[in-house]
Amino acid sequence: MALDQSYVGRSYPPSRPYEVAREKIREFAEAVGDDNPVYTDPETARALGHPDVPAPPTFVFSITFAAAGDVIRDPELGLDYSRVVHGDQKFAYSRPVRAGDVLTVTSTIESIRSMAGNDILDVRGDVHAADGEHVVTAYTKLVARATEEG
Amino acid sequence: MAASVAYADVETGTVLPSREFPVDRAALVRYAGASGDFNPIHWNERFAREVGLPDVIAHGMFTMAEAIRVVTDWVGDPGAVVEYGVRFIKPVVVPDDDKGAVIEVSGKVAVKLDDEARTVRVDLTATAAGQKVLGMARAVVRLA
Repeated sequence: MALDQSYVGRSYPPSRPYEVAREKIREFAEAVGDDNPVYTDPETARALGHPDVPAPPTFVFSITFAAAGDVIRDPELGLDYSRVVHGDQKFAYSRPVRAGDVLTVTSTIESIRSMAGNDILDVRGDVHAADGEHVVTAYTKLVARATEEG
Repeated sequence: MAASVAYADVETGTVLPSREFPVDRAALVRYAGASGDFNPIHWNERFAREVGLPDVIAHGMFTMAEAIRVVTDWVGDPGAVVEYGVRFIKPVVVPDDDKGAVIEVSGKVAVKLDDEARTVRVDLTATAAGQKVLGMARAVVRLA
């Protein structure tokens, strides 16, 4: 079923603040097997000009996708989450996410399209620090596959 | 930020050191915990097959995280990444054996974008089992 086009441009209230912890960054870096000391050693991070350890580039997805959940689960939008796959993902950074950041995400529906029975939803997540500084914007394309094959 | 590669030292076609990233079931469980993505298609073979997949598949975001390491290992500083995007075109199937799967990633400088900002676009290629798994995998990187 085609999604309601009138939702294009809709923004959702900012997400609950997420405090980025050094140990969470370490856990993520270890999970992707990345032993670059910049992610775990504040001295190394400072030598590269970071106030504290930065997170790997895709770390922030956990935060933006959780915020996008408000969009995905909006009953009035009518997206069938059991059929949703992740189509595209893009990040545009003003600066890296880093330990100590308290981040909020504002999610906006950028576009809704229907193609060959698939619903294609583009969600933008603008991530800001506590002082209002823009950190990164995440662009997430979700595809709800057609109910029947072909 | 402090990239260790100088803009003046690269040209269109400059090849980045390629990498192979092994991924087994244990890696997926660990990534699920670290990322908070507990979708059972990434750890439960029975569930994966029930929804029509050949086997357990890696998180697309895991593959995306591995692919950018070719860039961050090259420049040293993850803060040099200005933009990064991918399209998920094929799943990385991770069998429950001692080997798992291997994600092979290569990259090259596609274009020098801005002489003043010292930014280049790096195009990445990621394959698993001989098939491309990411499309349009591109990063904009600020060099020294």
